Amino acid sequence: MTHNFTVSPDFNPGHISGWYIFNTWLQRTINEELHLELYNSASEQRKAIADDRVDLIYANPYDATALVRDKGFFPVARADNKTDEAIIAVNHESPILNVEQLTDGTRISSTDDPDVRMMCMIMLEPAGLNKSNTSTTQRDAYILIAKDLLKNDADVGFFLEETYNELSDMTKKQLRPIVHSQIHVIHHLLLVGPKLAHKKDDIQSSLLSMADDSKGVGVLKNLNFERWVAVEQEEAEFMIDLMDTLAE
Amino acid sequence: MKDMMPDNISGEYQEHLFSYHDGTQRKALFTNIETQLPEGRLIVSRTNTDGIIIDVNQPFIEMSAYHKDELIGQPHYILRHPDMPAAAFSDLWKMVQQRNKWHGYVKNLRKDGGFYWVYATVIANIRKGDITGFTSVRRRASRAKINEAEILYQTL
Repeated sequence: MTHNFTVSPDFNPGHISGWYIFNTWLQRTINEELHLELYNSASEQRKAIADDRVDLIYANPYDATALVRDKGFFPVARADNKTDEAIIAVNHESPILNVEQLTDGTRISSTDDPDVRMMCMIMLEPAGLNKSNTSTTQRDAYILIAKDLLKNDADVGFFLEETYNELSDMTKKQLRPIVHSQIHVIHHLLLVGPKLAHKKDDIQSSLLSMADDSKGVGVLKNLNFERWVAVEQEEAEFMIDLMDTLAE
Repeated sequence: MKDMMPDNISGEYQEHLFSYHDGTQRKALFTNIETQLPEGRLIVSRTNTDGIIIDVNQPFIEMSAYHKDELIGQPHYILRHPDMPAAAFSDLWKMVQQRNKWHGYVKNLRKDGGFYWVYATVIANIRKGDITGFTSVRRRASRAKINEAEILYQTL
């Protein structure tokens, strides 16, 4: 039986091949057939989750909440030294220097990644901004948000920090971050679904020893990960509680 | 909990004697010096079911001006400012005990007698159907909302 693996669509497109290599490595290591399906948007992926078409997922913190609490997924691991942070950026020629200079009617460009949207909307609160007094253009990719800023089609853009940092130097020179989150305790998680739960311990032990194996090191490098670290149920529950406090 | 010490206070201060719900008292010293939570920071803490702090993140430590080992094991009301009405906190406890999320604007007291405003959210940690503690997240609040809260709290 083939199990379906997917990755939160907010990953850097430059790592697509890295995830395919990881999928191949993992299925050989745990002796289980895995099919990697990458979705173009968070909404497409969420539909697959709702239809029970996902058995293993590298999930963003927002989706991890529903997967653990509502779908019975188990936390397995997270990438070491990687936390989910967000950046709000403007065109480098914008007169806006900080969030509190933004006013009603601010035009936002954002992807539909729910965790990034949530963190960035929270960072707009000190300016008294919310959904009702801003307008949002939704884009499929972070590079399109950068383009909106460069063309002055948006006043601010919402980015996952890691993705912002991986924009080209040419693009970053024309943008300017006005605020970045410093939450420190929110991560993407690798989660195993109920149909693959019998392999949970195998998957976890394989991932934890990955950095000790020469092939594994190569696979990690393609993902830009140093190593995996274990995530126990309570650590995931704490992060989920934290996400709950931040959700509207 | 120990009284606040004049040696730790920066600037001119006033005194206030708190009598807490658990029967203890504490002399608080407070000034008019405000510290703003920097943009993008979130203050995170966890308490047990009695409101005793069991974990805090770095922004909590920096904004409170306490060392971590001065916070762990203390009641969360170590941060309570004399300008905060008791009614606000009784509403908080009622809401979270009923497993509802509580939101509110809170003026917190620093170790140095200064204060900082936050927009706070508190939820119950529910494990296997039981409340095992509470998570609180505090973020920077808009000045307009702080002004509204200041006026409201004077009436409570």
